[in-house]
Amino acid sequence: MTFWDGLYYLLGVSISPFFIGVVWQTLILIVVLLVAIAYILYADRKIWAAVQLRRGPNVVGPWGLFQSFADMLKFVFKEPVIPAASNKTIFILAPLVSVTLALGAWAVIPVAENWVIADINVGILYILAFSSLGVYGIIMGGWASNSKYPFLSALRSAAQMVSYEVSIGFVIITVLLCAGSLNLTEIVKSQESGLANMIGLPWLSFLNWYWLPLLPMFAIFFISALAETNRPPFDLAEAESELVAGFMVEYGSILYMMFMLGEYVSISLMCSLMTIMFLGGWASPIDIPPFTWVPGVIWFTIKACAVFFMFAMVKAMVPRYRYDQLMRLGWKVFLPLSLAAVFVVALVLQLTGWAS
Amino acid sequence: MLLQAIFFYLFAAISVAAAVMVISSRNPVHSVLFLILTFFSAAGLFIMLGAEFLAMILIVVYVGAVAVLFLFVVMMLDVDFVELRQGFLQYLPVGGLIGLILLVELIAVLTWSTMSPELTAVAQVPIPPAGEVSNIEAIGQLLYTRYIYFFQTAGLILLVAMVGAIVLTLRHKEGVRRQNIADQVYRDPKTVKLHKVESGKGI
Repeated sequence: MTFWDGLYYLLGVSISPFFIGVVWQTLILIVVLLVAIAYILYADRKIWAAVQLRRGPNVVGPWGLFQSFADMLKFVFKEPVIPAASNKTIFILAPLVSVTLALGAWAVIPVAENWVIADINVGILYILAFSSLGVYGIIMGGWASNSKYPFLSALRSAAQMVSYEVSIGFVIITVLLCAGSLNLTEIVKSQESGLANMIGLPWLSFLNWYWLPLLPMFAIFFISALAETNRPPFDLAEAESELVAGFMVEYGSILYMMFMLGEYVSISLMCSLMTIMFLGGWASPIDIPPFTWVPGVIWFTIKACAVFFMFAMVKAMVPRYRYDQLMRLGWKVFLPLSLAAVFVVALVLQLTGWAS
Repeated sequence: MLLQAIFFYLFAAISVAAAVMVISSRNPVHSVLFLILTFFSAAGLFIMLGAEFLAMILIVVYVGAVAVLFLFVVMMLDVDFVELRQGFLQYLPVGGLIGLILLVELIAVLTWSTMSPELTAVAQVPIPPAGEVSNIEAIGQLLYTRYIYFFQTAGLILLVAMVGAIVLTLRHKEGVRRQNIADQVYRDPKTVKLHKVESGKGI
């Protein structure tokens, strides 16, 4: 009797095929995701270096391709130093919370048709919930360190993430109004017909996607995603010229690595969310044979990487915002704009009858 | 289903234990974190009831926004724990009395009262068949048709509360220098010298 059969008898329900399937899917997703994160990190550093006319990491492996793995080994083998005056349980819990929440959100992302672990019908709310929880890792880490700079950083970060969630929420509402569903697979499928069919060129399927009719929302979501994930130019939580390294000052070794990992996983999550909501998910951009032969997961990866390239370029080119400017942008520019967009989109859908 | 029972007791036990810890832990920040754990397990219980929309809204609204502000405020409080403990015996009789009254009321409601048959009929009418309409659609259809006035009134009350809070805290200070972004953007281009810098060269 194998382990799964034993579990089957123990629980008396036929969970085993489903349960084993979910376990394998989760393992595969996490392994692929973590390897992808290693190369996203490498790409981030390389792009940043190229913009500044540097070489970037180029020593470990050919063209420095193994740099991220070398860094990981270094972090793992270092001694974790926990400050004596810190609140130890929360100090260790904070990076765990941050990385677990970031990975947990990936459970509902469809990377190709039917390639999703949990195809729940509140998928987008689930992602919104998990990304809004990401702030706890930072607050807990900043408070538990019992040190000035991490605490200031935690306060900044809490206010920043709560502010930008508002505009992210409204942008998501405009997409939901157009798609008519909260299921991520349905949102991708609703982009199969649209503007291209309307102008009589159905093979130009990239015109069908929501980036074109909702272009201002795409821009607002992109900038809000930068703020939500604490990426430059909104990395005020770890502004090194003001706060040393923000909430991570007291962290080292594997605890620091988990914060770093959580940050990059949530960046990749935001990239794939933009791919799903605005760039047609796994659909090919041109609906004629050589392009439609490519599997959906490859299109998905290409699109998500393209979005990440924009993330990396913004980091390299745009100077950091001042805190009052950040708050002004969130509350006085994005909030009214996205709120107005919800009204306009709903009105247009109602008047033209596209909603039904 | 045994599996369902296991998860129910898991979530229920965590939420009760965390709720006890909210009021018994010494550090207020720990209390707020336990409160968040309570919300989380309550969301798990909602999902087991098949109310996934409510579960997600509970997390987005209460954990993602309200509890963050709680934590924000509590972290900045300078609480003297010794002083906080001093009044314990003094307030014990009053607190105990209120607790006792609440307990008696709860027991009274749960044991001696029955729901009127008309009320159960009202509750049963608007529930659409679960297979046809998803949870969110069912709530939306009810909220925006049958209960639209209540829904709007609740929204108005919240708006008034928000405006009230802003009015109470708004201070106009004289002589504060502010940045006017529009002025900066529409600055006369002749007063600025622009250089076209080639890549890798410098000026």
